[in-house]
Amino acid sequence: MAKVPTPAEILPGINYQPPAKGWMEVKPEFRPGTYCNPAGPKWLDWIGYPFPRAWSVMDEDWKLPEGWKEIVLQGMEDRLNRFRSLKIYFDICVRCGACADKCHFFLGTGDPKNMPVLRAELLRSVYKRYFKRMGRALGELAGARDLTEDVIKEWFYYLYQCTECRRCSLFCPYGIDMAEMTILGRELLSSIGVNIEWTLASVAQCYDKGSHIGATPQAMKDMIDFFADENERVTGIYTPVHYNRKGAEILFVAPSGDYFADPGTYTFMGYLLLFHALDLDWTLSTYAAEGGNFGFFMSHEMGKRLNAKIYAEAKRLGVKYIIGGECGHMWRIINQYMDTWNGPADFLEVPKSPITGTVFENAASTRMVHISEFTADLIHHGKLNLDPQRNAHIKLTFHDSCNTSRGMGIFEEPRYIIRNIVPEGHFVDMPPNTIREKTFCCGSGSGFNADEYLETRMRGGLPRANAVRYVADKYGVNHLGCICAIDRAVLPTLVNYWVPGMEVTGISEMVGNALVFEGEIERTTDLRDRDLVGAEEAVEDEE
Amino acid sequence: MDFFKRHFFAALFAVLGLVVIAFVGTMGNLQLIFGVVVPYLAALIFAEGLVYRVIQWVRSPVPFRIPTTAGQQKSLPWIQRDLGEKLDNPENTKYLLGRMALEVLAFRSLFRNLRTELRQDPDNPEGARLIHWSYKWLWLGAIAFHYAFLTIIIRHLRFFTEPVPAPVKLVDYVDSFFQFWTPPVYLSGVIMVVALLYLLGRRLTNPALRYISLAADYFPLFLILGIGITGMLMRYFFHTDIAAVKQLAIGLVTFHPVVPPNISPLFYTHLFLVSVLFAYFPFSKLLHAPGVFLSPSRNLACNSRAVRHVNPWSYPVKFHSYEEYEDKFRDAMIEVGIPVEKES
Repeated sequence: MAKVPTPAEILPGINYQPPAKGWMEVKPEFRPGTYCNPAGPKWLDWIGYPFPRAWSVMDEDWKLPEGWKEIVLQGMEDRLNRFRSLKIYFDICVRCGACADKCHFFLGTGDPKNMPVLRAELLRSVYKRYFKRMGRALGELAGARDLTEDVIKEWFYYLYQCTECRRCSLFCPYGIDMAEMTILGRELLSSIGVNIEWTLASVAQCYDKGSHIGATPQAMKDMIDFFADENERVTGIYTPVHYNRKGAEILFVAPSGDYFADPGTYTFMGYLLLFHALDLDWTLSTYAAEGGNFGFFMSHEMGKRLNAKIYAEAKRLGVKYIIGGECGHMWRIINQYMDTWNGPADFLEVPKSPITGTVFENAASTRMVHISEFTADLIHHGKLNLDPQRNAHIKLTFHDSCNTSRGMGIFEEPRYIIRNIVPEGHFVDMPPNTIREKTFCCGSGSGFNADEYLETRMRGGLPRANAVRYVADKYGVNHLGCICAIDRAVLPTLVNYWVPGMEVTGISEMVGNALVFEGEIERTTDLRDRDLVGAEEAVEDEE
Repeated sequence: MDFFKRHFFAALFAVLGLVVIAFVGTMGNLQLIFGVVVPYLAALIFAEGLVYRVIQWVRSPVPFRIPTTAGQQKSLPWIQRDLGEKLDNPENTKYLLGRMALEVLAFRSLFRNLRTELRQDPDNPEGARLIHWSYKWLWLGAIAFHYAFLTIIIRHLRFFTEPVPAPVKLVDYVDSFFQFWTPPVYLSGVIMVVALLYLLGRRLTNPALRYISLAADYFPLFLILGIGITGMLMRYFFHTDIAAVKQLAIGLVTFHPVVPPNISPLFYTHLFLVSVLFAYFPFSKLLHAPGVFLSPSRNLACNSRAVRHVNPWSYPVKFHSYEEYEDKFRDAMIEVGIPVEKES
């Protein structure tokens, strides 16, 4: 693995001055730490996608299949005919540059091709060359250029330096959405067998076994049963788990990150505690075991293929509706794609909270409710017995995930929950230009959790970390809350790099901390076995 | 010559070339060409090109509902959302129309603009930190340019109408309200030229912008600057026969074209640049004007969980079915007590 430069090596070296050479003449420099490994052939075989082969990014020859150019151009034409978005975004950009300093990868690398306007131009220039008369006639002067292997390499480099976070689209006067172009550009790359290992391995495992992490049903059960044991150890309350239980009222789907690794696992313990406190009639599925969807990071089609399992399983189990766990891109997909892909979910009912009677009209068609919406509703109706003092060791700030922010707009629900589970004054927001719809990406979204990509990830996460540092220094914030499993997987690395000492936590974990049960043992620690504030004195008093 | 110079000078010389063509042409008595043929041709290309382009766009469907949500979603009834959030994350057509109106008339998204900079900061262990602040200059420049241009177009209607409609007269009156020159100076003209110079200036002085700018970005700026400058020269310094110009204009719109004498080459230059602008419009980035109405990240209500959005080209995909899954893992599932459909 490439050695990652230290923060002090990276930060002063960021230079926003573009090079003297024009952008069409500059080639990307592949350097360990700044690219993702190509996908191994095995995964492509598993899911039946084209041109599996072993190749290396550092090689001169990427072993592109015969006729790759025709495939890409044909693919571009198909997509222009199927996506109005692509045509519009290609045709109407005025290169005003409003998006330029909005991209976290530009801010962290200073590479001008990470300005969304120019990243889009990498694709647009090929569009102009082959689909526009002006581009065919005037060539470079019209911003058009030939499609060559170098262009493919450049696409690979920069389309995998876009986390599809859509911050640029927020500021674009026409809403030009780089994420949309990145998705379609990656589809083109995928069509000639250019994929990244991290995404493809997750996709293939999810397709075959049920989750990105590739857990077999027995392994998944083993992991989650362990959380029930842990809950019992910490709280004295056993939180039963149900798997593939037909006739349950609710199917619960979480991102696999929440049962795979810390600190997501504590979030899962929180889900279990909450459901037990409500005596909810629910079940998990080992088949629809993944809420996240790395297929979406590869193509619309693969996203649909993975997502299909959720409705299929809800139908098989005969549940009334679905609740989804804390996850970012999972919720962009549920909110903007799932119903279109795999609906209508007419075999389900409009979600209605069995505890409060609230009907979730906003989910009337998808019939899937976000755990934060569900929890906020419970708290609002006073249905949860919560002791905020149990989170008194936590001074929290909240990271709005890109996908749930700019692809959904869930801002107040988690904040409402937070204000009810931490003591007064223990929650502060980061500066307004870095949160809510203007939030900065973690730098590792859309399939970039790979270790070999660490330098670029740390650079991309700089703007987020920078705002976290601000509230840490100013208000003594020690925890970064989020409702996203990729965040829980990657933010610990990021903040450990830029803001050492910061911890990352899911919101349901803190709900679990705060929940008071009848018959529980005296709580002296939180779900992570850390002492609660005041617990030490209590122990000393007893002695 | 480097990339920037090639694109900058290509655009500059193209516009200067257009000026020369029109000027020389009318000196050589080609008034009929520049006063009648070219304007008609330009109008035709504009109308046809625009319709063609929009039809081309609309022929591609909108498979997914992908609006950028820029405010709190509508979920639980007790969650407070102010009007701004309802417009930034519109759940129904009413608020969507509001969002689009704000976008088109007030450049809402650009108003949100920020500037981010890496500042030296000795208190930071790495010696620097990012700061973000509200940056409205681009918005101001853009909105000043567009509204000034609109005002100019409206008051030019006085050349094409007889009698001149009252609203056009009113715009004219307001626009020339400050009488510090004879003839009274139109504010809109001054504002447009200043705004254009700002837009050009930022393209040239901001290194990142200079890096991304193409000839297609400079060309319309020079072209409209040329239109503004020739217009102002005519009004304030080198007067031409206004009555004759109006005769020409009325002739054009009533399809009884006439070419009156006594119109200066400067006027024909002005008219030629305007004609080129119209003809160029459907093939250029100026399409952002109709395009913004069709942008799927803006023009759709954010209600995709409440109302199903249908993809017209949706096709069935192969996915790993539960049956295949259970066949693969049945024994292990039975062993750990996970319910199965078929007991082996």
